[in-house]
Amino acid sequence: MKRRFEVLVTLKEGLLDPQGKTVEDSLPRMGWTNVSEVRVGKLVELTVEGDSEEAARDTAEEVATRLLANPVIEDVRILSMEEAT
Amino acid sequence: MSTPTVAVVTFPGSNDDRDALRAVGQMGGEGIAVWHRDTDLGGADAVLLPGGFAYGDYLRTGAIAAFAPIMDAVRAHAAAGRPVLGVCNGFQILCEAGLLPGALIRNRTLTFVHRRVHVRVETASTPFTAAAEPGDVLEVPIKHGEGQYVADAAALERLEADGQVVFRYCTALGEVTPDANPNGAMRNIAGVRNDAGNVVGLMPHPEHAVDPDVGPVGGQTLFESLLSSLVGAAT
Repeated sequence: MKRRFEVLVTLKEGLLDPQGKTVEDSLPRMGWTNVSEVRVGKLVELTVEGDSEEAARDTAEEVATRLLANPVIEDVRILSMEEAT
Repeated sequence: MSTPTVAVVTFPGSNDDRDALRAVGQMGGEGIAVWHRDTDLGGADAVLLPGGFAYGDYLRTGAIAAFAPIMDAVRAHAAAGRPVLGVCNGFQILCEAGLLPGALIRNRTLTFVHRRVHVRVETASTPFTAAAEPGDVLEVPIKHGEGQYVADAAALERLEADGQVVFRYCTALGEVTPDANPNGAMRNIAGVRNDAGNVVGLMPHPEHAVDPDVGPVGGQTLFESLLSSLVGAAT
């Protein structure tokens, strides 16, 4: 059984996000003056093969915390899981 | 007395490995080239992780390299209390590997910075600064897009309290000012060490600053310190 996960990696709150700030700064020039607090993160999709849903989720979580995110600067969570073919 | 040896690890995407090997040789040591797939450091006395873009810096700088086959040997070398130096991308790798505290993120300006900077030596309690005095100012080049040192408030306090900040960006006169900070690093931190002091990482490039024919020589201090502490340890 294969399961497809979406993993969201975001920069920790309070940490300056230079990319988000740059996007934010460009918005007024484009006419949007009512948009603020832009943060840029990462979405990682991956497929895990395994018998049980629990084991697959454990694997995805371990991949997420050990490699996909650096706990010093980032938060990470599984956004979604669906059965894949 | 045998010549001290320094292993320089080449990852796919490293580009300062040759300069590092050359600098070690110029300063009187012997460089040993090691490949990222190797599993030992060739018996070297010290190890240097050079600058570049290991594994394309994909995901985060240093993130994939931190799990390269050679890193088990680097971890063991560090755990044995022997000298490990990470320069630029090598610093990022050591942070990702958990061998140094903190992390390096995109420069505050978002731009790649490449220029000569001055750094102030904050502690002589590392094999790479043993020949310096706290307060010494070294001129060395930087060239990086992700050099903004960050750590959480508690980690920063620990770094300061335990004297783990090794270098800070400063003016030519040694003043630590916001203008002297090229990347937005917290507290102008350019380099740190681990608790034991044997593992050091810094963003500036000492290996590009040893030959008076091609620029500043602030890097000599790090290699002199390392090679004389290795010779001292062997006698």
